[in-house]
Amino acid sequence: MGLALRDDEPAPGAHRPLRFLTAGSVDDGKSTLIGRLLLDGRAILADQLDALEAKAGGGQPIDLALLTDGLEAEREQGITIDVAYRYFATRARKFVIADAPGHEQYTRNMVTAAAGSDAAVVLVDVTKLDFTAPAPALRLLPQTRRHALLAQLLRVPHIVFAVNKLDAVADASAAFARVRAALVAFAAEAGFVPAGIVPISALHGDNVSRTSALGGYDGPTLLALLEQLPDDIVATRAAALLPVQYVGADAGSGAGHRPRVLWGRVARGEVAVGDPLVVFPSGETASVSELYVAGKRVDFVGAGRSAGVVLDRQLDVSRGDWLAAPGSVAPSARFRATLAWLDSEPAVIGRRYWLRHGNRWLHGRIATIDSKLDIATLAAREAHELGVNEIGEVIVETQQPLPLARFSDDRVAGALLVVDPATNRTSGTLLVGESLAA
Amino acid sequence: MNAPTPLDRLLLPEVDAGQLDALEEEAIFILRETAAAFERPALLFSGGKDSCVVLHLAQKAFKLEGSTKSRLPFPLLHVDTGHNFPEVIAFRDQLVAELGEKLVVSHLEDSIARGSVRLASAEESRNGHQSVTLMEAVEAHRFDALIGGARRDEEKARAKERILSHRDSFGQWQPKNQRPELWTLFNTRLKPGEHVRAFPISNWTELDVWLYIQRERIALPSLYYTHRRDVVRRKGLLVPVTAVTPPAADEIVESVAVRFRTVGDMTCTCPVESLAADAADVVGETLLVTISERGATRMDDRTSDASMERRKKEGYF
Repeated sequence: MGLALRDDEPAPGAHRPLRFLTAGSVDDGKSTLIGRLLLDGRAILADQLDALEAKAGGGQPIDLALLTDGLEAEREQGITIDVAYRYFATRARKFVIADAPGHEQYTRNMVTAAAGSDAAVVLVDVTKLDFTAPAPALRLLPQTRRHALLAQLLRVPHIVFAVNKLDAVADASAAFARVRAALVAFAAEAGFVPAGIVPISALHGDNVSRTSALGGYDGPTLLALLEQLPDDIVATRAAALLPVQYVGADAGSGAGHRPRVLWGRVARGEVAVGDPLVVFPSGETASVSELYVAGKRVDFVGAGRSAGVVLDRQLDVSRGDWLAAPGSVAPSARFRATLAWLDSEPAVIGRRYWLRHGNRWLHGRIATIDSKLDIATLAAREAHELGVNEIGEVIVETQQPLPLARFSDDRVAGALLVVDPATNRTSGTLLVGESLAA
Repeated sequence: MNAPTPLDRLLLPEVDAGQLDALEEEAIFILRETAAAFERPALLFSGGKDSCVVLHLAQKAFKLEGSTKSRLPFPLLHVDTGHNFPEVIAFRDQLVAELGEKLVVSHLEDSIARGSVRLASAEESRNGHQSVTLMEAVEAHRFDALIGGARRDEEKARAKERILSHRDSFGQWQPKNQRPELWTLFNTRLKPGEHVRAFPISNWTELDVWLYIQRERIALPSLYYTHRRDVVRRKGLLVPVTAVTPPAADEIVESVAVRFRTVGDMTCTCPVESLAADAADVVGETLLVTISERGATRMDDRTSDASMERRKKEGYF
């Protein structure tokens, strides 16, 4: 990942809130870990604790997992059925946990939690691993690979492994060393470097917020690691690109001067007063005469912030258009993409779907399905169908050219939503790869 | 149970301006998205602190500094149960007049008159019936997006709510069948009669709200700050004595210095003992608080752990 630090970046320690997802299977101890973080982060209040203590019965330890069971329906089933968001803060940082269910049939919720997260904490339950196999061939569980690969596919900036239940194995240090080696090898194969591999006991709190020699480990606790993760760096040095979100009807205060303000969140680069910008798709150019952030005049706005742009001449610009640095956009109406399919009805080749790219809705179709990713082995197998919770390589054609970018470079211009026009369900997401000639 | 948590973890977060700025940016983004993607949005405004914060954010999202003429691109909507605290209604009307915004008020009394709401008894809390009046307003005004100040930290069922939450033509929420929400690629497509609920401050906590009220000097109804009020103590709650909530024969009425943490229907909203005279005092108290917001102040949420989920499925906000 390219780092483009600016002089005016916040000093280390002054971080934005960190949103992270937790991924793990039903009994990996994920709910216990979240309960532990909330408890140690003092986000559990007395009335909630009272309810748990009453449930546990006198003198028994409370069940931390109960802190995260939200819905009546899932309390009945004892599983997490949808992404829940939890909040806690340490002195150094505010945190949002996106609690993603580990159930195979609910992968779409895991994708929802991963999209937009700054980090992923993938739980590994050591008690489920087979240590009897001869070294070094320790096999990770399919769900560990699946969760980490989904996070990597969706370009979650930091992936952390939390190796849980080490308090329940005989030789924690030996077990952790082998799991660690297997995770490092798997990550290298998958093309990422883990932001951390931490041996924890969610139940007892070791290495969650309290340092412990569990597993022979002397690194930072999980919480300290998360506190120090760098903010997601958006490429501020890249050519400016801004999808127009909302066109303000009347911004002027003086008589006669009534500029329209084009609002949108800067996707990459930065926009400054005086900069020339080209409007996509019209191709017309103009210069920035005024810039606003939340109603106040400013001189420049960097990636990740919403800007209000006033151009020096009246152009026809509407929601869905893009403002870009001249010469930086190479539109395409045919491209390769990775398609994560989330709908119970399978993807249909040739069918017209609604696509959303930036703020524009348009029609598009899947021209071909070339392969399906075996999420546990990383291998692409030839396939021509894609069902729910499957991920494949496809070629897409759109009704009109779009200013696309590779998803690995730009998560705004490189992602599209797929919506079924008959049901309006969110059917999938396209992660853009290579543009193709029409 | 385990080794005690180190003291430094129990101390206060050093919430800097950057963290509030990030929350503000997200909220304003969602407000603009809602205004742009839907034909007829409305902002739910009750005079409560969360809706005051959302209204303030909307001013920042749509009005430029020094511009006096512009109005929000949507009206405000209040569902009046007829049991609101009079000082809140007065505050609401004064603020709306100052800002020059359009306010639509839907009265629960009208639903009772129409027969669409039928109370089991005159004393029954009207809170749960608001959803009927709300949906009648949605139909009458053809609103397709309702912007609300709900936060995910308020309650367990709310923790699962999307930022843009799809509702069917009966206003119902289907927690098992929510649309995946990917980055900011919101699925804004609706069929006739459907609508969305948009929650710009989903990711704020009660503390964030108070820090923001303090930083931005947002005016609130007076009952959010300390005042003396006649109350009775009932099941661990302080129940305000009002025309619609008289004391029982054996209850002792006391005058206590209190403030409200949430402001809703008089029949189900309770204050907490407090001497907090301004937002900074409330921030201090919130940091020390040990009871969750709804647990301390809402009689209706106490009936069952799952009461919010049931009401949301029925179209409650």
